[in-house]
Amino acid sequence: MRHFLFLRTGDCSCGSIEYLITYKLSRLSNTENRGEAGVASGANRWPSNSGGDISDEQAALLRERARFVRLETIRLISIAKVGHYSSVFSCAEIFSTLYYDTMRIRRGEPNWPERDRFLMGKGHAAVGQFPILADLDFFDRSWLDDYTRLGSPLGDHPDMRKVPGVDFSSGSIGHALSNGVGMALGGRLQKQDFNVFVLLGDGEMQEGQVWEAAISGATHRLSKLVAIVDRNGYQLDGKVDDVAAVEPLGEKWRAFGWEVHDVDGHDVVALANLLRKVKADTDREKPCCIIARTVKGKGIDYMETEPGWHLGYLAPEDEARARDMILGGAK
Amino acid sequence: MSTILHPDSWQYREINKRAPSLATLADTLIELAEAGHPVVAGAADLQYSNGLVGFARRFPERFTQFGISEQNMVSAAAGMATTGVMPYVATFASFLALLCCEQIRMDVAYCAQPVRLIGHHTGISLGFYGTSHHATEDIAIMRSIADLTVISTADGPQFAAALRASVNHPQPIYFRISRGHDPVVYANDAPFEIGKAVVHGIGNDITIIACGMAVHSAKQAMEALNGKGHSVGLIDMHTIKPLDRDAVMAAARKSRIILTVEEHNILGGLGGAVAEVLAEEGGGARLVRHGIKDEYSLIAPPSHLYRHYKLDGPGVETVAQSLLA
Repeated sequence: MRHFLFLRTGDCSCGSIEYLITYKLSRLSNTENRGEAGVASGANRWPSNSGGDISDEQAALLRERARFVRLETIRLISIAKVGHYSSVFSCAEIFSTLYYDTMRIRRGEPNWPERDRFLMGKGHAAVGQFPILADLDFFDRSWLDDYTRLGSPLGDHPDMRKVPGVDFSSGSIGHALSNGVGMALGGRLQKQDFNVFVLLGDGEMQEGQVWEAAISGATHRLSKLVAIVDRNGYQLDGKVDDVAAVEPLGEKWRAFGWEVHDVDGHDVVALANLLRKVKADTDREKPCCIIARTVKGKGIDYMETEPGWHLGYLAPEDEARARDMILGGAK
Repeated sequence: MSTILHPDSWQYREINKRAPSLATLADTLIELAEAGHPVVAGAADLQYSNGLVGFARRFPERFTQFGISEQNMVSAAAGMATTGVMPYVATFASFLALLCCEQIRMDVAYCAQPVRLIGHHTGISLGFYGTSHHATEDIAIMRSIADLTVISTADGPQFAAALRASVNHPQPIYFRISRGHDPVVYANDAPFEIGKAVVHGIGNDITIIACGMAVHSAKQAMEALNGKGHSVGLIDMHTIKPLDRDAVMAAARKSRIILTVEEHNILGGLGGAVAEVLAEEGGGARLVRHGIKDEYSLIAPPSHLYRHYKLDGPGVETVAQSLLA
């Protein structure tokens, strides 16, 4: 049964020595990563608001935060014993770029009315979003340590009722762009100038509601609405275009009346500069779709070649290899 | 905003003539918006059928035309609500409650957004349009969704009162209304409280518990039977969730029979909700559920269907009379 394809099944006992060692290592690493991040404490506006291309220093920060997302994803899934590794790894740079460069947010103020909104169509990648929300002081970092445990606010999908910083709940694929359409309509009516970013899976393109929302967004000229498609090419049952073909994707969005951009979703410089440009373009009257070409499982060689890692659990030795590869990528 | 008909167009005039209480939705929302409530509205290509065109004309910037994309409308309404507005979105009950069930659960009810869902032309009121356009399952589906209030109003004045009450209601609401032809039961100033049934009387023989269009029919039946010397009462259970359990039990303690009447499948709807209370609380009354008996309605004009399924005044009287024998 593909839904629960485990390449190797780890020791599921929380008390196992392997588990504790891995757990402590990842906590140490988390602390180190936070130290490197250098996100200005108390900063109200991220660098993108100053306009222009990103600096080498900012690019390094975004790459580092993407590594942080990957490492934390491994750590959290080791608590849950099953999770969506490769779905997060394809959009780790998108997460880091949005949260640490593109979006207007205030550290520690998840409900700031003027914040840019971020919604996830692919809610199953929430395990990669939670560490960022904690890092931004939207909730206490210790919440992460109880990921998915009984009563935890943090589950496999993001829940706005439970998790500060989640702008809308997700889990049922296909709703998020409509939610984003509503937020953009409401923002315009309320005379607020926030942007709404919606991260969609490429398999999600098979949901009819996405295209209902696409028509709505174009009809109502929602220029503050930006959809980002994580085009990693795979879904649970195989290659997206074998399962139910979505290409030509760019032409589809263009035909639906959206401005379309194509970008390497792992190149933080290209991604950040494009998002800055899109955000700064106040003349645009259309919503914007960014097709981010990505690799499912990016950064872990055995995941890049095995789509079954959409959902799985790493045995301790595989987890160690994955961590080495992620840290090695920093060199 | 969308293209709207000229106010003097034959289509608009004709719709308002045929279905005078259709204007209730728009008129009341205009009143609430003018009073300062952050009301916005949305339609899915049925702004004439639900009368929201009137709201669109008065507040074009507060109205969104979604076209034939009901699921998108519901999800977008939930997104809009996060920005501080209170969206009222309307479409045929069959599409709203059945097609958009999952969006209502996930985006509206679970996310606790103050969206007001207006399912109109409910039950079999669309007559010969057929089963695709009938909603005889919507109460059952909507009342099983946690944190969602379910209201089925009897006429235009009661719907207006319910809309006014809705601006201070903390939960999302599913309104189930008819097609604007509803015979009037209530005066414009009749008291209305969400969750509190209107008790027209408790009968020693029978108390009818009805909702929606069936309230008028049940009232006719009650008056006819009481005129013949029987003791028949009526409770208008306009709020199906949360159900007024006290009203049900008041009837159960006094009446020999409780007869539920609804334009809905007798499974899971008002009759089901009352049955749950009686089963849990006891009380001596026997329950009889009247409505659509787990079948798909025939095709006919609505008034013919109401006669056929004994949902008009004489029909309800016949059903009640048979229980008195």
